[in-house]
Amino acid sequence: MKKLTVLLTCVIIVLSSLTFTACSGSGYEGEVNVYNWGEYISPGDDETLDVIAEFERRYNIKVNYTNFETNEELYNVLVNSNSSYDVIIPSDYMVARLRSEGMLEKIDLGNIPNYKNIDEKFRISDFDPTGEYSVAYSWGIVALVYNTTMIPEGEITGFKDMWNPKYRNDVLMFNNSRDAMAIAMQVCDPPIDPGSESFTGEDIDRATKKLIELKNCGSLKKYVMDQVFTEMEGSQSALAAYYGGDIYTMLDNNEELSYSLPEEGSNLFIDSMCIPTCCQNKENAELFINFMCDPEIAAANADYICYGTPNKAALELMDDDYKESPLCNPPQEYIDKCYTFANIDDQIYSEMQEKFVKACSSTAEVSSIEIKTTSVESKIAVAVILAIVVIATVIVIILDIRRAVKNRGRINKI
Amino acid sequence: MKKKSQKIYLAIIMAFLYAPIIYLIAYSFNDGKTSVWKGFTMKWYTALFQDAQIMGSLYNTLLVAILASVIATVLGTAAAIGIYNFKGGVRSAIQNVSNIPIINPEIVTGVSLMLLFTFAGTMLGFEMGFWTVLLAHIGFCTPYVILNVTPRIRQMDASLYEAALDLGCSPMQAFFKVVLHELLPGILSGFLISFTYSLDDFVITYFTRGSRFQTLPIQIYTMTHQRINPKANALSALMFLVILVILIISNVVSAKKDKEAVR
Repeated sequence: MKKLTVLLTCVIIVLSSLTFTACSGSGYEGEVNVYNWGEYISPGDDETLDVIAEFERRYNIKVNYTNFETNEELYNVLVNSNSSYDVIIPSDYMVARLRSEGMLEKIDLGNIPNYKNIDEKFRISDFDPTGEYSVAYSWGIVALVYNTTMIPEGEITGFKDMWNPKYRNDVLMFNNSRDAMAIAMQVCDPPIDPGSESFTGEDIDRATKKLIELKNCGSLKKYVMDQVFTEMEGSQSALAAYYGGDIYTMLDNNEELSYSLPEEGSNLFIDSMCIPTCCQNKENAELFINFMCDPEIAAANADYICYGTPNKAALELMDDDYKESPLCNPPQEYIDKCYTFANIDDQIYSEMQEKFVKACSSTAEVSSIEIKTTSVESKIAVAVILAIVVIATVIVIILDIRRAVKNRGRINKI
Repeated sequence: MKKKSQKIYLAIIMAFLYAPIIYLIAYSFNDGKTSVWKGFTMKWYTALFQDAQIMGSLYNTLLVAILASVIATVLGTAAAIGIYNFKGGVRSAIQNVSNIPIINPEIVTGVSLMLLFTFAGTMLGFEMGFWTVLLAHIGFCTPYVILNVTPRIRQMDASLYEAALDLGCSPMQAFFKVVLHELLPGILSGFLISFTYSLDDFVITYFTRGSRFQTLPIQIYTMTHQRINPKANALSALMFLVILVILIISNVVSAKKDKEAVR
């Protein structure tokens, strides 16, 4: 008995001391809550710089770093929970949506001296015309990668080649509606510009038809995301569309591969750092953004992520291989041909998603299933399931009680 | 003939169950970032332990798992004994109600907890984080403990407790010296199950974690954003090993207990 009490007290003391260190963040002068994509910051193993630890060391501010998986997830969390985030890193169209819904705080650029390092062309954009709500973090384009043992070098010039029946069962397409639809729109004749005023549901139908055609002409192998690395680096497929920075790493791993910037132009994506209105440490948030714009830090991140860096000074620090690769650092003439997904209406976006699921339904698993906790429907769904469970339990209980009563009756008779 | 076909059937089932895990463990030693084999390496394991993010999440996960399973074990054991002392209909009613968290789909529990915590948080001025995750974990672990302890109570001879009282124990002493000892196997297995459930819970943690708190399963999930980082393989392999060790220990313990009981 005594032993047990002693043991219990010991356990409680140890555990409570553990919890205290977990929660108080001892010794830091403040904190900043950062919400970023997974695998989107230099993590600090053998060859890389630990960016977060470096920030904590320099400013003595604790970074609470958490990750999200899709833009929609980020949005849902911001809308539904009362958690405070100080720095978030959404993509272009999500910045536009958050801004238009008044969920972003203006960033005081006066507090971000390193903003001077950001290239002018990334300061103002369709999704943030005044440049006051976002500071670009990373950017890239969609490009094509192909295997030169299966397709002669130079034969691939644009997205339209993906529709060539010659490459039978050899072409990989994005398994997410945004990128797949964007490619289909560009191949349509005439091409569809999703940013234009005249963009309607009909255009989505045309793009959907084009996607179905990709399957029907026999060239499509499957819709993939991460699997593209295995397929291309393992020489299992001939042609794929994917993000430029990732193709850059693929080329490193398989010498048979070559790439092409699609002649139609491409989708330019920009992920930016923003401060949401639920922010509670704005000063620290700006300090963090400024830190991320530091040339050395930005270069370390770019080196790890391999996407383009909007930071001019950081670009100077990168090795020539990266600087000269059009995949990571496309020439200006090419960027002019690209477009961003800026102001896509929420409704049109979900329509695109639905149509895409239809277009690939017979072959593919669709990657991101959204849990839309925002909508009333989902709350009702949750309530209904809960009700079913409760009702089932109640029925079981009633049956149990009945049986018990019956048994008792029997016993009494005996 | 029959034996052979039985064995083949078993082998197929085993292969089906364990092939993915073996594949994952094998590729955590692959010197390359994809499923193209490029040679043996331990570098992902070293990289894993150098990654401060992952180590932080590991610490959080373990902390929550230990605390939640300890508290759930205490609560669950007490609840099981309490429930047993009710009679007839009331007992079965409480027992069934206590099973709701097990039957309930995780996603429903997660979403409703998030809504509750958010609502309560705005009223009382707190944010979701470590404490809400801990509460949620205790919530879904406790029923498993009750489920494991109840049959032990049923098996226990009630006269043991009475005998202890007759022989001069106070009720407290009787509980700790006699009842607890009898229930220990059930309590231990309840504890281990809670621990493993808490360790690998994704859905409920995901909804209740807030902006300052991240556990390993969530970290692994987001690691797949760009491509599956081999570090995630290494990490999953280690987690699998930990769970395996726990399982083996619990089986060995219960096997020993059974042997003693036979004697």
